[in-house]
Amino acid sequence: MPDATFLDATELVINMGPQHPSTHGVLRVILKLDGEKVNGTECVIGYLHRGVEKIGENRTYQQFAPYVDRMDYVAAVSNGLGYCLAVEKLLNIEAPPRAQAVRVILTELNRIASHLLWLGTHALDIGAITPVFYCLREREEVLKIFENYCGARLTTHAFRIGGLQYETYDGFEEETRKFCDWFIPKVDEYERLLTNNRIWVGRLKGVGVLNAEECKEYGVTGPVLRAAGVQWDLRKAQPYSGYEQYEFDIPTGENGDTYDRYTVRMEEMRQSTRILRQAVERIPSGPIMGKVPKVVKPPVGEAYVSIEAPKGELGYFIVSDNSTQPYRLRVRPPSFVNLQALDRMVRGGLVADVVAIIGTLDIVLGEVDR
Amino acid sequence: MADEQKPEGSAAPPPKGSEAPKPAPPKPAAAAHAAPPKPPAVMVTTPWDSDITQFLKERFGGEITEFSTYLGQNFLVAKPDAVIPILETLKLELDFDYLVDLTAVDYPKRPDRFEVVYILYSFARNERMRVKTMVPDGYRPATAVTVHLAANWLEREVFDMFGIEFEGHPDMRRILLPEEWQGYPLRKEYSILQQDDAWVKENMGIESGQ
Repeated sequence: MPDATFLDATELVINMGPQHPSTHGVLRVILKLDGEKVNGTECVIGYLHRGVEKIGENRTYQQFAPYVDRMDYVAAVSNGLGYCLAVEKLLNIEAPPRAQAVRVILTELNRIASHLLWLGTHALDIGAITPVFYCLREREEVLKIFENYCGARLTTHAFRIGGLQYETYDGFEEETRKFCDWFIPKVDEYERLLTNNRIWVGRLKGVGVLNAEECKEYGVTGPVLRAAGVQWDLRKAQPYSGYEQYEFDIPTGENGDTYDRYTVRMEEMRQSTRILRQAVERIPSGPIMGKVPKVVKPPVGEAYVSIEAPKGELGYFIVSDNSTQPYRLRVRPPSFVNLQALDRMVRGGLVADVVAIIGTLDIVLGEVDR
Repeated sequence: MADEQKPEGSAAPPPKGSEAPKPAPPKPAAAAHAAPPKPPAVMVTTPWDSDITQFLKERFGGEITEFSTYLGQNFLVAKPDAVIPILETLKLELDFDYLVDLTAVDYPKRPDRFEVVYILYSFARNERMRVKTMVPDGYRPATAVTVHLAANWLEREVFDMFGIEFEGHPDMRRILLPEEWQGYPLRKEYSILQQDDAWVKENMGIESGQ
């Protein structure tokens, strides 16, 4: 008898992706399996690499603004906000209050749209087919507001350095208000479908646990960190664009598992609606564009500015050499850093949970690869 | 104003055409911008002094060459060998427990060509700071993975884009580009249109990706 047959071979290496529906793009995960158990993973990324940082060094500050929309393309408005804030910081200017309020409204709408897309696809991965239809239906309403505001639905390029390009359209406030009233019952509807659903709970509870210490160690931010019980949100910790004026709570979880991340994101949608309601009531009047030189040439220097994007901390580190183009433009993408924790989360789990965990990290490959 | 627009001619079309309809806005902007005729060619920083700098000065002395603030953002410049002990001290004793980002900047004309930048955040203090160090081409800075696990992929990306190898890194391979790719795209001499033609030919079966 030979010592080992193929039946004894304990480790099986399989490829998940790059073309796999549940990797939400072109992510390749190499799984080392022992039966159903995952012994380790390795992520292969870069399939969508477009050299955004290199492009940034070869475009003027204004020319580069539309490119950032193509990173996290489901939250393009957040990307734009982070970039504009970073350049404004270098120029040492601030957008006028009216522009800031409109920025907050659009960004929060975008957060809802991003979370909706996450919820729909995540539920689809787990096996619940219905929510994705509902989520896309509601997301459509957000995209309509974007379309009415700036003509684009996905890659909006809604903001400009120093403020806004467009004044709000007639009925902008009314439509946003209507959306808020209409949207909350929809969130209740998703929760009725999922929150106490036995299969949903069974698939998510205790899966992919990442505790607070590990989150900090891996640099994981956003809803994943909050689900681990850390009440940290850049909108509160280091407010930007006038977030300090709005009342909202930071939802947190307890166990840092997939289910907590689900509840945190659901609550975030409600909180975003709360911010929207306040912001829309008090959009100040005034100019929408600050005093920005036509040729943006920040003085020699560097700045790191980050915002709370739907996925976590999105930062821009820009070095200026007093020319019209950034000397170095670094993007700190939340998805890229968060994805690093995937290995820690799936190790020892089941292969079916890998799908749940990739879904719950809420990565966008356009941002991971840049 | 005219002087200012000259270098812009090819890059951004709007300034000249849109001048006529609204002559008012450019003026204050120009005044604010062109007030000092030649802005200084170096970063105008102010010294940074706090309990953190006191503590670090006592601990590391001459290893840290600069404590500065620019636009309200604090940073220190350290000698390459001291970076990892500094990160460790910052993490364990001063609560800077979150490595936000790790990246590099290329200054080809300087003798120490690369600036490696560590961006840190402290949850307890709600404060950010940057640790910077200058390293020459070919120098292998020690890895920060021993202090922050988050440095793993970030260092791999720096290696991928700049060719800075980190000593002691558990898995020093390219991360975004294919492993066989030649060249480091974010170095300044790498043109934006440049690519590894041999790789493209062999793997994509086309003459050029352009």
